[in-house]
Amino acid sequence: MSVAASKSRYQSEEFAARLRRRYAAEQRFKLAGMLAVTLASIMLVVLLGSIVSKGYTAFLQTKMRLEVTIDPALAQERNYMAMLRQALYAQVPEITDRASRRSLNELLSSGAPYELEAMVSKNPSLIGTKQTVWVRADDEVDQFAKGAISRDVPESERRLNDIKIKAIDTLTAQGAISTGFNTTLFTAGDSREPEQAGIWGAIVGSFLTLVVTMLLSVPIGVAAAVYLEEFAPKNRWTDLIEVNINNLAAVPSIIFGLLGLAVFLGFFGLPRSAPVVGGLVMALMTLPVIIIASRVALKSVPPSIREAALGIGASPLQTVTHHVLPLALPGILTGTIIGMSRALGETAPLLMIGMVAFIVDIPGGFTDSATVLPVQIFMWADSPERAFTERTSAAIMVLLGFLILMNGLAVFLRKKFERRW
Amino acid sequence: MQLTVLVLILALLTVIGFQMGRSRAAGSVGGRIVELHSVPSYHGFYVALWAGLPALLLFVLWNASEGWLVMQMTLAGLPDRLTQVNEQALNLLRADILNLAHGISTGRDSDPAVIAAAEQYARLRAIGSWSLLVIGTCVAMGGLLYARRQISPDLRARNRVERAVNIALVVCSLVAILTTVGIVLSLLFEAVRFFTVVSPIDFLFGLHWSPQTAIRADQVGSSGSFGAVPLFAGTMLITVIAMLVAVPVGLMAAIFMSEYANPNLRTWLKPILEILAGIPTVVYGFFAALTMAPFVRGVGQSLGLGVSSESALAAGIVMGVMIIPFVSSLSDDVINAVPQSLRDGSYGLGATKSETVRLVVLPAALPGIVAAIMLAVSRAIGETMIVVMAAGLTANLTANPLDAVTTVTTQIATLLVGDQEFDSPKTLSAFGLGLVLFVVTLTLNMVALRVVQKYREKYD
Amino acid sequence: MSVQTQIPAGAAMTRSASAGGPPIKMVARDVKVYYGAKQALKGINLEIQENRVMALIGPSGCGKSTFLRCLNRMNDTIENCRVEGLIALDGEDVYGKNIDAVQLRARVGMVFQKPNPFPKSIYDNIAYGPRIHGMATHRDEVDEIVTKSLERAGLWNEVKDRLREPGTGLSGGQQQRLCIARAIAVSPEVILMDEPCSALDPIATAHIEELIDELRENYTIVIVTHNMQQAARVSQKTAFFHLGDMVECDDTEEIFTNPRDERTQGYITGRYG
Repeated sequence: MSVAASKSRYQSEEFAARLRRRYAAEQRFKLAGMLAVTLASIMLVVLLGSIVSKGYTAFLQTKMRLEVTIDPALAQERNYMAMLRQALYAQVPEITDRASRRSLNELLSSGAPYELEAMVSKNPSLIGTKQTVWVRADDEVDQFAKGAISRDVPESERRLNDIKIKAIDTLTAQGAISTGFNTTLFTAGDSREPEQAGIWGAIVGSFLTLVVTMLLSVPIGVAAAVYLEEFAPKNRWTDLIEVNINNLAAVPSIIFGLLGLAVFLGFFGLPRSAPVVGGLVMALMTLPVIIIASRVALKSVPPSIREAALGIGASPLQTVTHHVLPLALPGILTGTIIGMSRALGETAPLLMIGMVAFIVDIPGGFTDSATVLPVQIFMWADSPERAFTERTSAAIMVLLGFLILMNGLAVFLRKKFERRW
Repeated sequence: MQLTVLVLILALLTVIGFQMGRSRAAGSVGGRIVELHSVPSYHGFYVALWAGLPALLLFVLWNASEGWLVMQMTLAGLPDRLTQVNEQALNLLRADILNLAHGISTGRDSDPAVIAAAEQYARLRAIGSWSLLVIGTCVAMGGLLYARRQISPDLRARNRVERAVNIALVVCSLVAILTTVGIVLSLLFEAVRFFTVVSPIDFLFGLHWSPQTAIRADQVGSSGSFGAVPLFAGTMLITVIAMLVAVPVGLMAAIFMSEYANPNLRTWLKPILEILAGIPTVVYGFFAALTMAPFVRGVGQSLGLGVSSESALAAGIVMGVMIIPFVSSLSDDVINAVPQSLRDGSYGLGATKSETVRLVVLPAALPGIVAAIMLAVSRAIGETMIVVMAAGLTANLTANPLDAVTTVTTQIATLLVGDQEFDSPKTLSAFGLGLVLFVVTLTLNMVALRVVQKYREKYD
Repeated sequence: MSVQTQIPAGAAMTRSASAGGPPIKMVARDVKVYYGAKQALKGINLEIQENRVMALIGPSGCGKSTFLRCLNRMNDTIENCRVEGLIALDGEDVYGKNIDAVQLRARVGMVFQKPNPFPKSIYDNIAYGPRIHGMATHRDEVDEIVTKSLERAGLWNEVKDRLREPGTGLSGGQQQRLCIARAIAVSPEVILMDEPCSALDPIATAHIEELIDELRENYTIVIVTHNMQQAARVSQKTAFFHLGDMVECDDTEEIFTNPRDERTQGYITGRYG
């Protein structure tokens, strides 16, 4: 083909038309790419949006103001519920028959008497006086106050009957219903009653578990990385360790749960539901992550540093501990934080070792029964009450908050100590 | 109590040992440190190691064996009528003694002999703790003194300390191997016990799964209720749906980010994908169960389709979203590994960007992308929380994404959560499923990692 | 973009060869290139004659490769690269509206420093360009283009029995000839070569140089080279670049025997470079 022919080909109308088609295809392809990233972004927004919109109300809790007479006789019997009920009956005088009063009783949280009792036992001089107290309302009152239960729904399909709504209206008119910050959520352990349930127990459990995880996986992981990167001879044996670590990083987490169940609980007889076992399992799980991150960090320290140290007569171990390791530390730290944040969000293996039990008490030690934040989320997600749904979302927000904090720290460290060789 | 004291004593002796070793080494040459083979701090470490390590070893061994030994001694003191019983009753007896010794009521009237045994047990444990404290301290002191006597200007303290550190490093790197061995052994051991009750053929090829009905021993095996095919099918169905979401979106996102997006846009998009990757699976599970499943059901109903409230579709879509960042970051690595010279070659011939990507970059990156997809599949198969929360429990053998299906991981989780007898086939079947899961994911991972490694080598 | 048609006074010394010589294929007028804030070319004026080999020489970092990449707008693919001035192909501004980068690159082909065959078969490597440009619709036509291109690149006899084998399996010199064949396959008018022999051994280099000489009959060739002997052997015209300036452009013989600028003289006599 001659040059002239080719020239005319590329300037022909036919080529121009073809070029237009090719550019249209180009646009379509680019559009598909944009669509993909948009879709991913939308999913993130929908996911976070649905959780926030479901859960922000859980940070508020409805309370009732009651004028309680602390009757000495009832105080003797520790029947604080009766005192609260009497106060409630007095404040809603229009409801008098027994059946209706039973409905009225249900407006009070079953945990409310304990609040009163705690108040009285702290200050016994209150006995015999009349006190104005704010006590938690039942979760259904709470949901009604937050607008989650509508009065327009027919009574038969509504969780609050007409009597309760009437009573709430009366109390509202008196200014005796108010919604405030839900401190219980952050101070209490688990409970069957939504208004008494909190995530503090789970947060403490998560913390204890993470401490065990960190104490085990960081020293072992860094030591293993140092050995493999700096000292290990290149042979089949170290190849095997390497392949093994890479594969371990991709083993499904539930398998680690089975390992924990069979070995730590079954073979060693460690206690079920304990943070120490959870931490052990998590440590084995995060170990590959930390080893891999530490090796990358060690590898990024240029060989010239090692040569310089060895050249002035430092032993290999001195070279590593005095020069290489300090330089690799930011990278190792970042990897560690990321590994820990992954452990913080992990659920499945902990189900296997019994951390899924219903535990009301705040764990006080590594061998106490405990649950962790993600497992708490899992358990609450199963509860049918709407109040638990909002608390699940709130717990998720807290968990995500911790994760963002940890990852933010990792990003900060990376930015601050990043070094280009 | 004694435990804390012992730990404190050991820590103290180690520190003292370090100081002592250092000053004695310096003193042995009258402060002329150049005459020492190793600098004084190595002598310090040497003594500290001798003070700490043997005692620590003793501590670990003691703790591992004390409970068992003391229990044996206690049982030996009990009348035969209590100890000459079957394994199960013996286990119960041990548990009773333990509970009583810890002051927990067994909830029933106990045999006075058992109560006495519990007291005996508690006493022995207390004696044990005290003797550990004493012996441990002695061992630490002994080690310290032994090492201290050795100190001389010629002691090759540095070499010895480094040898010890080296051994410690090797041991640490073996933990990973031990974990794998532990996984394989525990799965195999329990799975073999399961397969003595249910034949592997029935398990792998049986079409009916209902472990709940098999509690009574006479039903097991003959009923064939441990056929795992519906589980495998359910897992495959959800995995396929997840891949249909994750692979196109993840791959196109990776292409867009590496070839089209300008740096500004990239600094926005990367964190979005990283956040998606960092969200815990339990959150995805919650989203799948409470938002996606009702949504899918609503859409299905408005189209006149009967959609289960725990449809495979909802779980699969959410799992796909979870895996998008996984696919995109792996593909991004792979695409970036394709040398720029290939792109230049294509542009130099007058190819457009999309032609270059489709006809040159992607074919060149194909092995890496296939490996990335395999890793993603392995991830999807092993994912637990989304399916536990959003997929069903009934083992339907169906290919209809609108039906509820159950998966291998869901079954493992539900079989092992809550009260369990360790010996029932129902519990053991979870380990059978775990073994299958492990073998399948391990194979996928091994092959994929190998392919990726080969691929990297090609363009390095 | 400022289009200047006049050669600015005091610009590089360019002895125009237009009087009686072959027609001008490409023209560069006051071409400036910036990478971000850094200026890589400081106003290049150059004329490239049809069916001649023009060699661009100069020390590393002098901007000769940058200039070469301007000629078919390969710099477009580099982020934050900015080009000013006029570059014309047959009198048409290549950065202008009438010419599209894709069309331009089909007309002005390029061969790179390192052989970069696609990880496809030899056949598909050659057929890639014709296929995307729709030059051949039938198999026979593609076959013909592949055969002809390989013949012209002097590779046909070596590979005719293994057209289906991957191009990456060839030796370095063969790979580079494959890349030249790939460029020829889309029938360009100009072929740009960016140090095409720098990764090759002397024998393979000799092959390529022979090939360049043969290709001159049909194509206009611009070659960047570090190797002055190579420039002397294959080119008719030589331009010497230094620190982003085009110092001198003349007949190759003139440049090597009678350079006007002392920088040129310094470079070709090996005092720096």
